[in-house]
Formats: sequence, C-alpha cells, structure tokens
Amino acid sequence: MTTSDASTRSVIVEREFAHPPEKVWRALTESSLIEQWLMKNDFQPVTGHSFQLRMEPVPNWNGVVDCRVLDVEPRKTLSYTWGTLGLESVVTFTLTPTAAGTHVRMEQSGFRPDQEAAYKGATYGWRGFIDGLERVVAELK
Amino acid sequence: MQRSVEIVFKALADPTRRGIFERLTRDGEHTVHALTQAGRVSQPMVSKHLAALKRARLVRGCRRGRETHYSARQEALAPLVDWVGHYGVFWQSKMDRLEDVLERMDK
Repeated sequence: MTTSDASTRSVIVEREFAHPPEKVWRALTESSLIEQWLMKNDFQPVTGHSFQLRMEPVPNWNGVVDCRVLDVEPRKTLSYTWGTLGLESVVTFTLTPTAAGTHVRMEQSGFRPDQEAAYKGATYGWRGFIDGLERVVAELK
Repeated sequence: MQRSVEIVFKALADPTRRGIFERLTRDGEHTVHALTQAGRVSQPMVSKHLAALKRARLVRGCRRGRETHYSARQEALAPLVDWVGHYGVFWQSKMDRLEDVLERMDK
C-alpha cells in the first residue's frame, strides 16, 4: 500500500467499484457528492481552481485542507494538491474501466521525511492530529 | 492500525494524562510532588496517570534520592506523526464511504 523512493513516499489505495466510470467520476467531482464521502468543499473540476476541504475543527487544527486542481481528464484522471498542517502533498485519482465496473487508484504522493516531523513543531500541536486520528479510527468500527 | 498507535492513543485519550504529558513536554522533568502541586488532581491520581503514561512509553522516570523525576519521551509520539500510516487508514475509510455513495446514487 505504500511505496518509497529516496526522497518521498506515497499512500496508494486501490479499489474496484461495480459502477461505471461516468458515475464514479461524478462522485469524485460533484461538490455535493464529494461532501457525502470525503468532506465539505467548494470543489470545481477546473484546472487551477483553488478550493478547500473542511472537516469539523478540532483543538489546534481548523479542519481545513487547502487544495488546488492540477489535472482534470473526465472519467480518467483527477489530481489536486492537498495541503494541511505543514503537509504538502498531491492526491491523484486514476479511473480505469473494467468488465465489472471501474478500478480506482488513489495515490497521495509527496510525503517527505521532514514533513513527517512537521507535527513535532509547536505551531499546530499534536492534539489536533490525535483527534483527527481518533475520528478515523472511530469510523472504522 | 498498529498496536503502538493504539497504546499511545489510549494513554492520551484522558485529558488529565494529556495535561501531565503536555506539562512534561513543555516544562521539562517534574516529580510527582511538583505535578500534584501544579494541578487539581490528588497525588495518588497523578501517580496512577504517570504509571499509565510510562506503560505507553510516553514518559520515563528517573529515581534520584527519595523522589522519581519524570520526563516526556517525545519520540514516543513518532507513531502518531506517521503521515503515510495516517492517510492509509484515512483513504481506506473514505473509499468505503465512496462505495456507499455510489450505491445510493442508483436510487
């Protein structure tokens, strides 16, 4: 699930959905649908568009992810920057049609070793991060 | 989620323990006595919380004379600053939600 090279690491999550690429594309690019599975947002599928993803604020974190659209190829590729808490990364969704539906590959890239340490700084504190993690863990149950 | 993360989570889930850990992080080492004076928690409770923090390896104790001096092991937070691990879990859970959304879109 993770890869590594000399300087940066990526998170890769792949999933096959029993739905056609057109439909998956809508879920990835329509603001109201994005909100249902990811976060509140002001996304527009326009290259260069800056937008924010918003979660409920937690102590020491305002819950905001700053993003900018890098690449939009309908039903194929969607890519945007993902910046929060000192982390600067890029999220890319790649859609491939399959016999049963659509294969989706999500890659979040650009984790540098020094960014992993960003949280150690007092600027954001570690509590916000812990609360964020707790929420993710809670969702798993 | 890795076990080390869970242990650190549980230890820091309690606000009093989090307060003690923050204080040790911010102000350096303290004895149980000093920590008790600083807060509104009884000495037995402070000792209990310190024991939990020690089990999570968030705090180390160093005995000098009659008292043990406690300090924070900030490196114990390393599992929590593992962005790759964090976002791995995050996206898996988001993909589950995406699947639900796709199911609902049919209706």
